[in-house]
Amino acid sequence: MRVALFITCVNDTLFPGTGKAVVSLLRRLGCDVDFPAAQTCCGQMHVNTGYREEGVRLARHFTEVFAGYDAVVAPSGSCAAMVREQYPKLAKPGSRGAAAIAEVTPKVYELSEFLIDVLKVQDVGAYFPHRVTYHPTCHSLRGLHLGDRPTRLLRNVRGLELVPLPGAEECCGFGGTFAVKNPAVSAAMGADKTRSIMDTGAEVLCAADNSCLMHIGGTLSRQQTGVRTMHLAEILASTEEAQ
Amino acid sequence: MSATFIGMPGNFPQNSKKAVQNSQLRFNLRKATHTIRGKRASVVGELPDWQELRAAGKAIKDHTLHHLDRYLLQLEEAVTRAGGTVHWARDAAEANRIVTDLVKATGETEVVKVKSMATQEIELNQALAAHGITAYETDLAELIVQLGDDFPSHILVPAIHRNRSEIREIFLDKMPHVTPDLTDDPPALAEAARLHLRERFLRSKVAISGANFMVAETGTLVVLESEGNGRMCLTLPETLISVVGIEKLLPSWRDLEVFLQLLPRSSTGERMNPYTSMWTGATEGQDFHLVLLDNGRTDVLADEVGRQALRCIRCSACLNVCPVYERAGGHAYGSVYPGPIGAILTPQLRGMSSELDASLPFASSLCGACYEACPVAIDIPEVLVDLRAKAPHAAAERAGMKVAGWILNDHQRLAKAQRAATRVRKLVPKRLPGPLSAWTDTRDIPEIPEESFRDWWERNERA
Repeated sequence: MRVALFITCVNDTLFPGTGKAVVSLLRRLGCDVDFPAAQTCCGQMHVNTGYREEGVRLARHFTEVFAGYDAVVAPSGSCAAMVREQYPKLAKPGSRGAAAIAEVTPKVYELSEFLIDVLKVQDVGAYFPHRVTYHPTCHSLRGLHLGDRPTRLLRNVRGLELVPLPGAEECCGFGGTFAVKNPAVSAAMGADKTRSIMDTGAEVLCAADNSCLMHIGGTLSRQQTGVRTMHLAEILASTEEAQ
Repeated sequence: MSATFIGMPGNFPQNSKKAVQNSQLRFNLRKATHTIRGKRASVVGELPDWQELRAAGKAIKDHTLHHLDRYLLQLEEAVTRAGGTVHWARDAAEANRIVTDLVKATGETEVVKVKSMATQEIELNQALAAHGITAYETDLAELIVQLGDDFPSHILVPAIHRNRSEIREIFLDKMPHVTPDLTDDPPALAEAARLHLRERFLRSKVAISGANFMVAETGTLVVLESEGNGRMCLTLPETLISVVGIEKLLPSWRDLEVFLQLLPRSSTGERMNPYTSMWTGATEGQDFHLVLLDNGRTDVLADEVGRQALRCIRCSACLNVCPVYERAGGHAYGSVYPGPIGAILTPQLRGMSSELDASLPFASSLCGACYEACPVAIDIPEVLVDLRAKAPHAAAERAGMKVAGWILNDHQRLAKAQRAATRVRKLVPKRLPGPLSAWTDTRDIPEIPEESFRDWWERNERA
């Protein structure tokens, strides 16, 4: 299967390790992966901050870049939700843009969806001997309805002890530009989230969105908790040989 | 007299910053919202057809809003036929004038009130006071808010921000018959309020109410409540004036079956509310007036995305699940409608010319919990995003977003920007300047990597 990677601008720029993990994981599972170099950003930041025009331009760019692939895989619940849930609302019904969106968006998958729904694998052959807790980010949970797909994958990782996160479904307080526009509330939500994480005694916090992990990880680091954050792809890519 | 929201200074970020630092408030809010949230979840879980009910609620409301003109005229006819008088109020000033004139005509200078956010919205109490008429709130929480010269801070639990020792202080200070031996035991506080209110109910000749629903077909008004004060207000006085937003309409009696299930489960987490009062027109010995309030609602109706806010049945489920409301509390929203629904309803009703109203569409992390909880499926995040596009933006932010858009619209420009960031990676300070300091005040920034994914791919795959 010829799979296009949508690495997302945040991962591309700040978390290249996640992209590399997706490449190695999907190749291990027999996929022929491509990174269309013209890709940039899904436009979520612009649309959600009220810059619709710029967002629409980025959405148009996205649909052009990813037209013609069997599947587009993104290691981000948030960006996948933007494309699948919000793009259809950006174009005028019946327009050429709407047709392009209708063509591309159903083929866009978040990583765990692609693994479970398309590749039909639950055990990706990973090894990660650590105590891990999972935060189901809002857009993964309520936007894409990923359900237990990520945790199903984590449960099949050898050596991994998955511990439940209290109040897991509560927002961590990142919310894109919300973190900068409403810093006091965002920080308060982040503090409550890190307290829950500390209560689990986990060494690693895992999620399917690096933007949320950046906010929670930044808080964990500032509080000198010693808890690491890792993207789901990085845990799933890790094998016994690589350890 | 409860204070007024008009001219509330500041904006949501400033207001909520103060609230977040108040640990007692944070504790009270967390405890209260999580308790109601849990109760709601369990009674909603009991109904296997909850999603169908929710879809039905949405469909009935949408249909009504689509034909609002027709159903409002039907309602007027039914109410008039049943001996009531219908008044139409375009805005707050008109509604206040109508109600004031009606009260003046009775010769009374005191009125009792129940269950009306609409009258809070138009600041009726202040308007009445200006004409020498005193309005007494009779809902326990509203009473606490009024005696404390305070603002309501929750749709269902207006005094959610107060604890019982604060309430005791307020009662000691403001209730004439209360003696210093009053404890802060909830039954003792309730008894003090009961005595205080009983006297008012028996003395009052005029009552002002709101309504949860109005039925076009029969001209019936419906109030759901927990304390019985509503029934006292609705039945004892000689004149009853109901001030109701035009969107509270339902076409037929039959439609109530959906909403009488949706509302109590979503609001108080009960299968059924303790008191449901219904009245149609005037009853013997009582004059009835219905004031139908627009006050911006037809403008909201004209907005393709925003109009769904008019489906709201004021249950407060969105407040109780909202992580932002939980930390910021209701006052930060500067309106009688706080929380997620307030963040979309208030700027639509009032416009976004004040700093506070313009900040409300941004008072959300877009986590989507409100949409999931809403019994009439209002897509609050969708409306928030739409309002953000209409809200004013600061010049510096506009410039920044324009530059970001320009860079992100072309992968070569993006690659150049990434390489520039990589070159200065060791020079990035721990504390960032300007608006980005909001990030570094409480969190560490991630390290900029040596190489972007894009460059890594190029080096490995294309070499």
